[in-house]
Amino acid sequence: MTINLIINNQPVSAPEGSTVLEAAKRAGIEIPTLCHHPDLTDIGACRMCVVSIDGARGLQTACTTPAREGMVVDTMSDEAVASRKFTLEMLLTDHPNDCMTCEANGQCELQDLVYDYGVSWPEHSGKRHHYEIDPDPNPFIFIDRNKCILCGRCIRACEEIQNRDVWNFAHRGFETKLVAGADQFLLDAGCESCGQCVTYCPVGALWDKMSIGKGRLSQVEKVRTTCSYCGVGCNFDLNVRNNEIVRVTAAADAPVNGLSLCVKGHYGYDYVHHPDRLTRPLVRAKWLDDATLQENLARGAWEAVSEAEKRNALLTWRRQHGGNGQSQFPNSQSQIPNPKSSISPETFIRTDWDTALDVVARKFTETKKQYGGDAFALMASAKCTNEENYIFNKFTRQMLATHSIDHCARL
Amino acid sequence: MTLGSGAMTNTIADIAEESQVIFIIGSNTTENHPVIGTKIRRAKRYRGAKLIVADPRRIDITRYADLHLQHRPGTDLALLNGLMHIILREGWEDEDYIRERTEGFEELKAVVSKYTPELTSQITGVPVEQIEEAARMLGENRPGALLYAMGITQHTTGVANVMACANLQMLLGNVGVPGGGVNPLRGQNNVQGACDMGGLPDVFPGYQKVTNADARAKFERAWGVKLPEYMGRTVTEMLNAAEAGEVKCLYIIGENPMTSEPDLNHTRHSLNKTEFIVVQDLFMSETAQFADVIFPAAASAEKEGTFTNTERRIQRVRKAVNPPGEAMPDDWIIIQIARRMLALGATTPDPDAPWAGWDYESVEDIEREINALTPIYAGVTWERLEAGEQLHWPVPSPEHPGTPILHTTKFSRGLGRFIANDHVPPAERPDDEYPLVLTTGRVLYHWHAGEMTHRAAGLEAVYPQALVEINPKDARKAGVEDGDRIKLSSRRGEIISTAQVTDRVEPGIVFTTFHFAEAAANFLTNPALDPTAKIPEFKVAAVRVEKVDAAD
Repeated sequence: MTINLIINNQPVSAPEGSTVLEAAKRAGIEIPTLCHHPDLTDIGACRMCVVSIDGARGLQTACTTPAREGMVVDTMSDEAVASRKFTLEMLLTDHPNDCMTCEANGQCELQDLVYDYGVSWPEHSGKRHHYEIDPDPNPFIFIDRNKCILCGRCIRACEEIQNRDVWNFAHRGFETKLVAGADQFLLDAGCESCGQCVTYCPVGALWDKMSIGKGRLSQVEKVRTTCSYCGVGCNFDLNVRNNEIVRVTAAADAPVNGLSLCVKGHYGYDYVHHPDRLTRPLVRAKWLDDATLQENLARGAWEAVSEAEKRNALLTWRRQHGGNGQSQFPNSQSQIPNPKSSISPETFIRTDWDTALDVVARKFTETKKQYGGDAFALMASAKCTNEENYIFNKFTRQMLATHSIDHCARL
Repeated sequence: MTLGSGAMTNTIADIAEESQVIFIIGSNTTENHPVIGTKIRRAKRYRGAKLIVADPRRIDITRYADLHLQHRPGTDLALLNGLMHIILREGWEDEDYIRERTEGFEELKAVVSKYTPELTSQITGVPVEQIEEAARMLGENRPGALLYAMGITQHTTGVANVMACANLQMLLGNVGVPGGGVNPLRGQNNVQGACDMGGLPDVFPGYQKVTNADARAKFERAWGVKLPEYMGRTVTEMLNAAEAGEVKCLYIIGENPMTSEPDLNHTRHSLNKTEFIVVQDLFMSETAQFADVIFPAAASAEKEGTFTNTERRIQRVRKAVNPPGEAMPDDWIIIQIARRMLALGATTPDPDAPWAGWDYESVEDIEREINALTPIYAGVTWERLEAGEQLHWPVPSPEHPGTPILHTTKFSRGLGRFIANDHVPPAERPDDEYPLVLTTGRVLYHWHAGEMTHRAAGLEAVYPQALVEINPKDARKAGVEDGDRIKLSSRRGEIISTAQVTDRVEPGIVFTTFHFAEAAANFLTNPALDPTAKIPEFKVAAVRVEKVDAAD
């Protein structure tokens, strides 16, 4: 069933069950909102979407009013516009005037509406909130309740999308406050750190803590990609600034997940830039020609990796970050009795690509000629792309003449 | 095997939107596939779908379930047979479906007839009423989707367990319909793609068997070389062969067997015995420390390509940043080695073979070769992916829209075959010396061997150390309190870890992860393999718990 109504003197039709807001949207008529989000149930709390409807007493919230046959709606009546301005002014009376430094600048729905409606900062000396900024020790979700407009989108996202019911409002009136659980820290209140609440926050009250100060919307480039953790295949945007991933943002048009992400996809990206990353090919000294080795070491082109450096990189870092960092690997082949700067046959040398690739190509070729394909075993990677796995499979079978390729599918 | 393909038969959206009952067995969905877990929670809360979870632990999603069947580790097969017993007793099976689409029904009946609720309860530890209730929910609500993960496969009866899942779903007529299916949730981001692309010892890309003469001839023509007629080695067999000196060279890309394999002391020994090891990785992993040559590889945010998700959907991976230092994408490295080996005469492919060469200039060039040689990816062209098309394989031609649901009219192998098996206890059972059952898995905040998540500051901060879940009863017996350092030992090794006293596990069971190298569960796990799939029994090992002094 289709319903026909008039919005701003324009005939509009919409499926039965649509709200006035949805009907208007179908006709390309924009009605301002703050607490509304298409993924969430509507609560008509923010009063931004008020419209005049012929025959109705007072203004109606478009997001909760069902569209009815023959309805005549004016979304820009003097009364509606005045009401919105008043609502915005009221919000600003208790909102920090720090758009210049706010993370949400350029993607803040409140900022946009204040701009659209030409509202200026109200002069008043009334009561203001002075909440502690970032009071929650969790590593992912930044909270600034001073910027919270009490729209409740985070509450509904946590409840309706994530089904976790962590956020809620406590107290009444001016004292109304967004709280996690029974006014607890997020992680104590059953939070899964998915960051859905940040995604749905229309202002800068909830933000990704890892991204604070790293770049605002106009300063980043967004690159759509597929998550590198589990097999669900969530898509999201890597926000890049100066060759660094500074934030992951969910994308409404992601085919599998929409705006849903989990903690690893949302906040597990910083391994990419970790100082432990390998940056040069390493070859054990015993596989290198001795004269070439000495010469390259002497002129500083190659360098020896100390045992301590090699083994401790990860463990040191983890100890700093609270892990207990006790190694269970004291006996690897690489251990050398005298860890001084002397070079043993087992020492890793930072070489160059040409040298390292030649070492491998020569060794593989000799081994194949001497022992045949069965002397090789290859482990492909469930972390690599299809194309990489394809050519690794080709390399195994065509180049080495064996089918001994496998990966961690069973692990 | 019973249906013909190793992949999710249905899509995530389809399960979230259509299933009337969702049966999760052996999957800690909300921690390991969180976004699917969320969708299931929504289906339960807002759509009224029934949710049954069978798991030995009180995992998070059990809080949302209508029914939690807390069966003992290693008794999945008995539980599934027991459910089928009741379904047949009550006449809830889909007779038309069984007649038209399946074979082997009589054999199935013969086997499951033995699994009375009483016997099933005795084996699994699940009360009779709960088994009856679960069977009723499955019988009375269609379509129903079954989801499983490593909790089903990582057993010596892994293959039989998977077949029992398929049996149950065929019995109910739940395969090949929206909202149904047998749905293995694949672990790694691209484990599905690595399998699809021939990263397995028995198949070429697209599951074309290496032992099949036609398939071999096809790839011999394409690549211009003669190919071996026999299967290659699995990871576990590779390590055994390396220990025996038969494997001289190991080439490992982005894998860390030195934490992820069962019985790590054995793995260490094998790696030490291997003459030449090449590792490509982002980090100096535990495995890389055994390498002779280590190539610095690019992360997925630093390269172009595609991943295939657990529902067979092929999606783009895009380069966002440059790799650090001299690190290079894995495909570049492989190509460079191949070109040098060609120059050294390692092999001389027929120059007329259409796909013999290694002169790729872009990822798209590789994609074209995949399209040409992999029938299920024939229509997965770079152009279509770039245009944003959503393709689930099989996509047999460039015009084909893809196949979100498998087996809608017939199974890959024709008729679906019931292959019923009897319950076999796990390879290792608790005894006086090792009285507890260790089961292993993952947690929300970490991933696999932790190469990435230990280097993600926030994740590491929330979950900084290995924990062993132990029931208060067992903890009391061992004189252990929450937060105590404990020693966990099995016949193969021991680890020092920290106790988390919790009723998430039943008495007699302890749980830990393999995320932490310093307390890797796989020093303890049993390398006993499923005879067909060669998957190790990570989910059941006998262990002992002792308190240690904090100084240890």
